[in-house]
Amino acid sequence: MSAPQANGAGEARDPSGFLGEIINSPVTVKLNSGVVYKGELQSVDGYMNIALDQTREIVDGKPRRNYGDAFIRGNNVMYISADH
Amino acid sequence: MADAEDVTANPVNEPLDLVRLSLNEIVFVKLRGDRELQGRLHAYDSHCNLVLGEVEETIYVIDEDDEEETVRVRKQNYDGVSKARRIS
Repeated sequence: MSAPQANGAGEARDPSGFLGEIINSPVTVKLNSGVVYKGELQSVDGYMNIALDQTREIVDGKPRRNYGDAFIRGNNVMYISADH
Repeated sequence: MADAEDVTANPVNEPLDLVRLSLNEIVFVKLRGDRELQGRLHAYDSHCNLVLGEVEETIYVIDEDDEEETVRVRKQNYDGVSKARRIS
């Protein structure tokens, strides 16, 4: 009853368990500014600092720029979502 | 011991490793307030304070002439080492 159980996506654990599961897979990162970054999640730390590979930047729904590697400072992050 | 294991497998074990690997490279930094910096990364710390050299700052300004909004770009260079605090 009290134990967290499967919530639809794999074995739901806690947020860092989820992040550990999606490392090296494609993700969408939305910042508080509304700007979206899509790329392969290289790593995350406890501050939600993020390293992305093959990053695409999307502003107002339109592609803006591409970056080989991107570091995102955690304070800017609204969410991280697994792409599939 | 520490984290001896997969340093070779993936050099980016934590996000700041990516910043470490960029030392002495030209980096692109997006700031709050529609500003961007391009410069050589000399040093950083865990807060992401950065020390950059050969910096060019790009500032995007919205011109509102006759109800028409255009984005103007202003660039300025800093000679020598310039300090940039708090990237965001």
